[in-house]
Amino acid sequence: MLRFLTIVVSSLLVALSIRPVAAQNSTTLTLITHDSFNVSETVLSEFEQNTGIKVRILPIGDAGAMVNQAILTRSNPLGDVLFGVDNTFLSRALQNDLFEPYESPLLEEVAEEFKTDPEHRVTPIDYGDVCLNYDIAYFEKADLTVPTSLADLTRPEYRKLLVVQNPATSSPGLAFLLLTIAEFGTEGDYTYLDFWADLVANEVLIVDGWTQAYFTHFTQGAEDGTYPLVVSYASSPPFTVDEETGEPTTASITADGMCFRQIEYAGILKGTQQRQAAEQFIDFLLSVPFQEDLPLQMYVFPVNLDAELPELFEKHAAIPANPVVMSVDEIEAGREEWIQTWTETVLR
Amino acid sequence: MWRGLMLTPLLFLGVFFFYPLAAILSVSLLADGVPDLSGFLRVAQSAYYRDTLWFTTWQAALSTLLTLGLALPAAYVFARYTFPGRSLLLSLATLAFVLPTVVIAAGFSALVGPRGLVNDFLMRILNLSAPPVQLEHTLTLILIAHVFYNFAVVLRIVTAYWANQSARFEEAARILGCHGWRLWYEIRWPLVRPAVLASAILVYIFTFTSFGVVLILGGPRFATVEVEIYRQTVQLFNLPVAAALSLVQIVFMFALMLVYARFQSQAAGQLQPAAQMVRRPRTLREHGLVAGAALIMGTLLLLPLAALAVRSLLVNGQLSLAYYAGLGENQRGSVLFVAPFTAVANSLQFAFATTLVSLLLGLLSAYLLRYAPARMARWLDPLFMLPLAASPVTLGFGLIVAFNEPPLALRSTWVMIVIAHTLVAIPFVVRSVLPALRRVPSSVRDSAATLGASPLAIVRWIDLPIVGRSLVVAATFAFTVSAGEFGASLFVVRPDSPTLPIAIYRLLGQPGAINYGQALALSVILMVVCAICFALIERLRTGTAEEF
Repeated sequence: MLRFLTIVVSSLLVALSIRPVAAQNSTTLTLITHDSFNVSETVLSEFEQNTGIKVRILPIGDAGAMVNQAILTRSNPLGDVLFGVDNTFLSRALQNDLFEPYESPLLEEVAEEFKTDPEHRVTPIDYGDVCLNYDIAYFEKADLTVPTSLADLTRPEYRKLLVVQNPATSSPGLAFLLLTIAEFGTEGDYTYLDFWADLVANEVLIVDGWTQAYFTHFTQGAEDGTYPLVVSYASSPPFTVDEETGEPTTASITADGMCFRQIEYAGILKGTQQRQAAEQFIDFLLSVPFQEDLPLQMYVFPVNLDAELPELFEKHAAIPANPVVMSVDEIEAGREEWIQTWTETVLR
Repeated sequence: MWRGLMLTPLLFLGVFFFYPLAAILSVSLLADGVPDLSGFLRVAQSAYYRDTLWFTTWQAALSTLLTLGLALPAAYVFARYTFPGRSLLLSLATLAFVLPTVVIAAGFSALVGPRGLVNDFLMRILNLSAPPVQLEHTLTLILIAHVFYNFAVVLRIVTAYWANQSARFEEAARILGCHGWRLWYEIRWPLVRPAVLASAILVYIFTFTSFGVVLILGGPRFATVEVEIYRQTVQLFNLPVAAALSLVQIVFMFALMLVYARFQSQAAGQLQPAAQMVRRPRTLREHGLVAGAALIMGTLLLLPLAALAVRSLLVNGQLSLAYYAGLGENQRGSVLFVAPFTAVANSLQFAFATTLVSLLLGLLSAYLLRYAPARMARWLDPLFMLPLAASPVTLGFGLIVAFNEPPLALRSTWVMIVIAHTLVAIPFVVRSVLPALRRVPSSVRDSAATLGASPLAIVRWIDLPIVGRSLVVAATFAFTVSAGEFGASLFVVRPDSPTLPIAIYRLLGQPGAINYGQALALSVILMVVCAICFALIERLRTGTAEEF
């Protein structure tokens, strides 16, 4: 019995000692973000030292889950700044009046194309393009040309080569669906649904998420993958550089009409008690040190024109000249119906 | 005092489950204070949702039957015979439980994928040009994975219950001429039925609410209600429909468990405390049985896990520890970098706290169910199971909405994670312990009380020896649930204390072979850590064997 009690008591002690609450004497700013958020330790601590602001990072699920939770907790926000809402979810956030406007002086360094909100409720921070990635060696060996348009994908030579994600559960999957909608439209002789029917006839593989597509089915992501074409990002190839040759084993297809642009925004959450610190943090997100840190931490491109790309990106990442851009309102108006129709016609 | 103690689990459930659930449902179903039932209407009218519900129901039934079919023979062998590697196989089965689906999918694809071992082998010996085994994105693979994940639930609960069953009934029956199938039908089955039903109900709930397995291994063509709730909540933010589906799922589960509770409370035969009937196999037939069980488990459980371990050690086709070595280096200098040691420590702390809290609350719940009036227990029993039936997305959103403001502003503290894990762990504790507790003869407890034993002494000297084995099972499951928990943690706000599964998940979201390799390496570490803890939990019991 004594032994049993000792075990119980010592267990309790261990359990209770888990995590003492940190003493909070300086200003603490809470950042709400998605699970893919990342920043270099040195870059963030420099900001903390310069401003005396302590940053607490709270990741909550994927971008969609994050936005929805922010909406549900509007009356008593979870944090002061939200980072990571992209153009596919932006209008949901704006309609629910999540943000306080703030016009950062650093927006001067940002190209016009990214400043989509004239009221400055959100500030653009980074962008990325969802494009097809392909296995270079596979296409060379099979003596196959790389597809140059979406319509090409329905041709017999690309039969059973492409793996894509389900738009209902995956963010690049949704981007790719939107791309096909922009390309083929929803009305007329050949709509996006006709295109998808042809893709399915050409034995496209549809999987649940990016990880699954890239690491289980893509020939360059998985050892036993059998699909040399995958929907991924224009920033993925730099991470496939072969140690021996110094060249990437994959490349992205950035032809016109084949990439969908995702822009990520940050905003000051309504009801914050730290308005000034929050403004400083938004400025920090747009500042050169953070912007130059972005590519290697989050695989995206900086919006600040002064930020230089790291060598790896400079050499191996392609930026499409004319990516497809869809307005946030257009996306919001159609999203639910498109996903539902797509699910019912393509999957079942 | 006893009474007050036994009510704490109800209080816990009320505050941390029903209150958040009600909070999120009222947000979803009340548009500006007016009830908005359009979600139910849409669900009821659309063939799409009906098909989803139907598929969910029958695939779960099929998965449960298959799991029982494979795990019950193994449980019989484990309950009767001891053999080298027995406890290893037992922990192995439970390990399946902690691994994220994406990682298990990698194990399966290394085995039965188009370029996996099996196809490779068959193509070579049969001289085929195309892979003969095509399991990817089929119902078969969903079923195999469900059996893989849930094998341990049946095996552990049934074995623990069966193993300290008195051999006297069987001996008496044999002497009276009861043999063969009659022995099974009239003696063994009635004796073991409570445990079989208890585990079956858990498996059914698990496969009914299956998310990752169906999505990843089955492919997007298959969808359960759970998948639909995620879609409606996260992607479409269609809360009325999501709430309607959540409620349908919860009510359906509740009804099912109500029926089950009716079954379960039928008394089982009275049994002797901790009577051991485990022995070495003697005859050829007995050796055959043991070998057969080991073979089935080895093929089904060991191979995918082994494939995973091998994968994590192969770098460009050569054996190397590079993925493991890389885990400790913060190559990108990231502020959110998790050293493997930190992740292990975090996971262990959460798992420990969860095990403790859920054992305590679960045990109290079991007592409440055992000693409450039958009519009340029948209604209470399903309540304790409900957290398993609620979708993690719904619950996660509910917790955040409910624990928004003081005095319970817990939403972004680590306590929230322990609470979320405990909610999922309690049903395991109850289901493991309750069948055992039911066989404690009331007469013995009553005589002890008459002779002046305090309630605590009764628990200590009468209940514990009988329930001890099932407590180990309960602790193992509670620990596992917490160590491997993904779903709920992903939807609860997490302060900077990432656990192993979260670290694995983060690595899997990044391109490049190195990240993938490291994710596999971390998964193997997760397996090893859990295996060590199972061994410790098991020792804890045998260490105090004389006392228990």
